[in-house]
Amino acid sequence: MISILTAVLYLLLAPIAGGLIAGIDRKLTARMQGRVGPPLLQPFYDVAKLFEKEDVTVTPSQNFYILSYLVFMAVTGALFFAGGDLLLVIFAFTLAHIFIVLGAYAAYSPYSYVGAERELITLMAYEPMIILTAVGLYLVTGSFYVNEIAVSTVPVALYLPGVLIGFLTVLTIKLRKSPFDISTSHHAHQELVKGLTTEFSGATLAKIEIAHWYETVVLLGIVYLFFGFNPLLALVAIAITYFLEVFIDNTFSRMKWQWTMKEGWGVAVTFGFINLAILYYFYMGV
Amino acid sequence: MYDLIFLILFPCIIAAILLLLNNNRVRHAIVALGALVISAGSIYLLVSSFTQGAVYYTFPFEPTSLVMFALEMGIALLLLYLGVRFKQPIAVLLVLIQSAMMIYYEITWGMAVEPEMNLFIDQFSIIMALIIGIIGSLIAVFATSYMDTYHGHHPEVRDRRRLFFFVIFIFLAAMFGLVFSNNIPWIFFFWEITTLSSFLLIGYSETEEATNNAFLALKLNLLGGIAFAGAILYLASVDPSGGLLELDALLASGQAVAIIPAVLISFAGLTKSAQMPFSGWLVGAMVAPTPVSALLHSSTMVKAGVYIIVRFAPVLAGSLAGLSISFVGAVTFLLASGIAISQSNAKKVLAYSTIANLGLIVACAGVGTPQLVWAAIFLIIFHAVAKSLLFLCVGTVEHRTGSRDIEDMDGLIVRLPKVAAMMFIGMAGMFLAPFGMLISKWAAIEAFIVAPLGLIFVMILAFGGAVTVFFWAKWMGKIIEVTPFGENLEGTVSTGKWVVLGSLTAMTVLAALLFPLISSFLVEPYVLSIFNETARLAQDNVIIMVMMIALLLVLPLSYLSYRKQGRTMPAYMGGRPTTPDMKFLGSLGIEREMTTKNYYFAEYFGEAKLLKIGNPLCILLIMAAAAALVGVVL
Repeated sequence: MISILTAVLYLLLAPIAGGLIAGIDRKLTARMQGRVGPPLLQPFYDVAKLFEKEDVTVTPSQNFYILSYLVFMAVTGALFFAGGDLLLVIFAFTLAHIFIVLGAYAAYSPYSYVGAERELITLMAYEPMIILTAVGLYLVTGSFYVNEIAVSTVPVALYLPGVLIGFLTVLTIKLRKSPFDISTSHHAHQELVKGLTTEFSGATLAKIEIAHWYETVVLLGIVYLFFGFNPLLALVAIAITYFLEVFIDNTFSRMKWQWTMKEGWGVAVTFGFINLAILYYFYMGV
Repeated sequence: MYDLIFLILFPCIIAAILLLLNNNRVRHAIVALGALVISAGSIYLLVSSFTQGAVYYTFPFEPTSLVMFALEMGIALLLLYLGVRFKQPIAVLLVLIQSAMMIYYEITWGMAVEPEMNLFIDQFSIIMALIIGIIGSLIAVFATSYMDTYHGHHPEVRDRRRLFFFVIFIFLAAMFGLVFSNNIPWIFFFWEITTLSSFLLIGYSETEEATNNAFLALKLNLLGGIAFAGAILYLASVDPSGGLLELDALLASGQAVAIIPAVLISFAGLTKSAQMPFSGWLVGAMVAPTPVSALLHSSTMVKAGVYIIVRFAPVLAGSLAGLSISFVGAVTFLLASGIAISQSNAKKVLAYSTIANLGLIVACAGVGTPQLVWAAIFLIIFHAVAKSLLFLCVGTVEHRTGSRDIEDMDGLIVRLPKVAAMMFIGMAGMFLAPFGMLISKWAAIEAFIVAPLGLIFVMILAFGGAVTVFFWAKWMGKIIEVTPFGENLEGTVSTGKWVVLGSLTAMTVLAALLFPLISSFLVEPYVLSIFNETARLAQDNVIIMVMMIALLLVLPLSYLSYRKQGRTMPAYMGGRPTTPDMKFLGSLGIEREMTTKNYYFAEYFGEAKLLKIGNPLCILLIMAAAAALVGVVL
């Protein structure tokens, strides 16, 4: 049931794909802002440069948490692409996130501390909807296993429009795009210095960047599951999704954390719940 | 059979010795010896009985019941005396009602009924016995040196350590009695002893607050006791021969016969396991010395409540009343998790997280499918281990630093590195994959999806789970901050405490590593024997989780390499001049201290606010369960 081969392929290729997506992201962003933007491969140059930097920390223990973050982010994705249980993937995902938050706490710095608290708020905001997404995919395809959901011939997206909208909303939170980039962001309009990543530099910051590439690929992989019945359509959907994310990122200013919570929980209660309730009624008769 | 009787009586003997003994050093030795024998006894029980399935024993009914009745009346007199002395009219009234019911039962049927199979052992009882025997007696050992320090810190509290340790061992004996009894009036007897024990322990310090909270616990638990007594009267009147007073016969008699006593007894379980609207007593119980809280939360009291509800799960399954009860649990899970966010007192956070987890167990047991009963039993196991560890760690921290507030715990990893690491593992055990509690929550989500009204339960689990992550992670973050100040305070922690804390930490990790074995040797056979079908997690997932734990155990080694290389610098302070202990120059050249504080969201998750929603909602649900019963009767 579990495919080692796809897991290994993911571990090797996801950073490349994730880095390219980040490059496209920056290029698109620049165009939307009327700039030329950096070369497509700029994220790779940046990370390579970070590895050259001197190893400076506030406390050595923060490096341990970030290594764990990278490792478990990779494990999460490997589980996903090996076709594992979606709920287990989600829990591994949470575990990985807890590690980056702990790394920020460990530094005992006011900026990274506030960033860590905010990251936890976003975690609390998106988690219910992510779990409901897994439940929705189970109800439609009859399985929690990614490999079975992915090859399902049922047009999943048609059964789960509400869940899809809900997932796309929390995806914006999860990718830390505006208006939900309260814990850290890549842009200059970040008033909290750089949130939970304030105290990381050099190779450690590079690891966070790579982990984020892994993360992006998994999250877009979940979008694929909604359209698995038609792989071509799925790829188009992923492209549109990401374009929309960049567009939203550039057209919204950051909102307060209260708004993030209300948005994340709100979509779970309305779109997620109503969609699943209808499915329950028609599918299972309970 | 003799092993069961030994486990019930031996703690009583130790208790009696401790009551008579005044020498503190000898007390330490006897508690340690008693703990060793009791743990060994419960492990022996596991080794000798786990292959047998359920075994029932005849035990002389007549004389034992008479002794129990006499003791019950003695306890009632004691409670009446205390109730009058402390001017607690409601407590007096409840004791009178309950005693009247038991006297009526004794006069009307007590002499005639003669159940035969009075003691029993099955896999679920073995699990409970291990929790009581190992965790309970480890807490007793911890309590010996804790109470020495406690009386050093609190000279105003009267030294009643003889009574204290007497009650603790009686408590353990009663818990053994409760899980080994097949005779329902006997279960009730032990049930009432646990109520009395917790009453005495909560009121230990004899302050006004402690006394009031002890009476609150007593009143709420007596309310449950009355429902329990009602179930016994009902059973005796339905079947005067006493056949239904045997637990196994009652469970086998089917829903039509057993639903009324099942719901009455589950109501008693709700009060004992501190579900809303009865949650107040367990929160109030934290005025007691910390080992008492650890005992109440992990291996006794509240576990008795959920034990009995899980026992009755097959009867509750598929009934309207059972569904109402599980909604009480689900609502309690969600709201208590929320309240835990708003608390900064560490013991209160632990208390509300216990209430929440018990709620989840009740929710699983009330719906009662095989998968959910599997999940419920694992929740009991993992919660017992991790929560006892956390309570004892908080107790140690409180004694070393003088505060139990989470906000005062920053840099614990610098001041108390070993204790902080153990707390870290305990918290991971409470909410992180691939540790215990998360395994059970996951199994619960998968099982609820296909259960009646499952979507609502899944929603509650999704939100409650997210909230849980928040309040644990922020506390975890607080203790692992590496502050540039603070000195090591660990030298003063006694060896005995280290042994206990170390064992519980090891058990938290081992329970997660060995859970496939626990599942296949104990939990799955039990579920199979009850439902004729069983439940487990998929093999692939189990392998992945064990690999994840291995990874988690290996990763800390990377820290060794980080320590050697690299340069450390002070944290970023917006470019202001900063001293090494994180003081910085503010405006007008005034030196200010840098402090960090967690979010508590009292305006969203405040205690009063959420209880205002939870209590009426749960009262309504309990009334719905009662209405469903009336429907059955009519």
